[in-house]
Amino acid sequence: MKTATDALSTTFFALADPTRRAILLQLSRGAATVKDISAPFEMSGPAVSKHLRVLERAGLIQRGREAQWRPRTLDATPIRDVAEWAGEFKRFWDTSYARLDNYLDLLKKQEKKHGKRRS
Amino acid sequence: MASAAARTGVTEFSIASDTQLRFVRVVNAPRRLVFEAYTMPEHLKRWLGFADWSMPICEMEPRAGGKWRYGWRSPDGTEMSMGGIVKEFVPPERISTTEQWGPEWPETLNTVTFTEANGTTTITTTVTYPSKDARDAALESGMRDGLDVSYARFDKLLESLQ
Repeated sequence: MKTATDALSTTFFALADPTRRAILLQLSRGAATVKDISAPFEMSGPAVSKHLRVLERAGLIQRGREAQWRPRTLDATPIRDVAEWAGEFKRFWDTSYARLDNYLDLLKKQEKKHGKRRS
Repeated sequence: MASAAARTGVTEFSIASDTQLRFVRVVNAPRRLVFEAYTMPEHLKRWLGFADWSMPICEMEPRAGGKWRYGWRSPDGTEMSMGGIVKEFVPPERISTTEQWGPEWPETLNTVTFTEANGTTTITTTVTYPSKDARDAALESGMRDGLDVSYARFDKLLESLQ
């Protein structure tokens, strides 16, 4: 549980930045070198590298082995985990509220039968 | 987006502010009854949580400063629990509690309001995330650009991968 949530926080943090999300979107179209990745951004090489390191640490991108180009590729598994986490939260409340609807119907019927209880 | 849902049977999730999530549900019952169902353990056990899970822990001290704790068990034995402190307890209008799922999760402040109109009750839950340490800040910054925007991007990403 602990490792899972630590990983979630790391993913959240990595995804929180618009530049990093733009990088991920770019990589979702295919592997790219650092030079390709940097091209659309008005920032220094080291700044882009810093973003790449955050993404790498979060397990969102992987580094290719090919010598000097070392193209980065996207690994979307952590994103799926985040989507799943958010989905679970929704599912928890959707399920609970559907049950609440039925339960309130039951309570209303009981009140009708036995007269109103004190509130 | 954050407008009150007009129909029953649907939960509306939205971004309320930089640090807040909100979800709204309309139910077909007077709020006096809804408030009871929301705060009394014998009622809570009947609806809160996944249908096939049991709720062996269901404690709620109905007063400001009181403690609450809920715990569930799945058919395969998986356990899940959460708890916190009751900050406001104003029947049948409003409950405000702190909530934590475990030491590694950020503590949130959850405010639930109940408003009644024409025999239906609108339940509005606002979840506020703190920023008191680095971990919380990390989680919160994940929400900063708006989950709806982020998820639209995730969806795009996921689509392109399939």
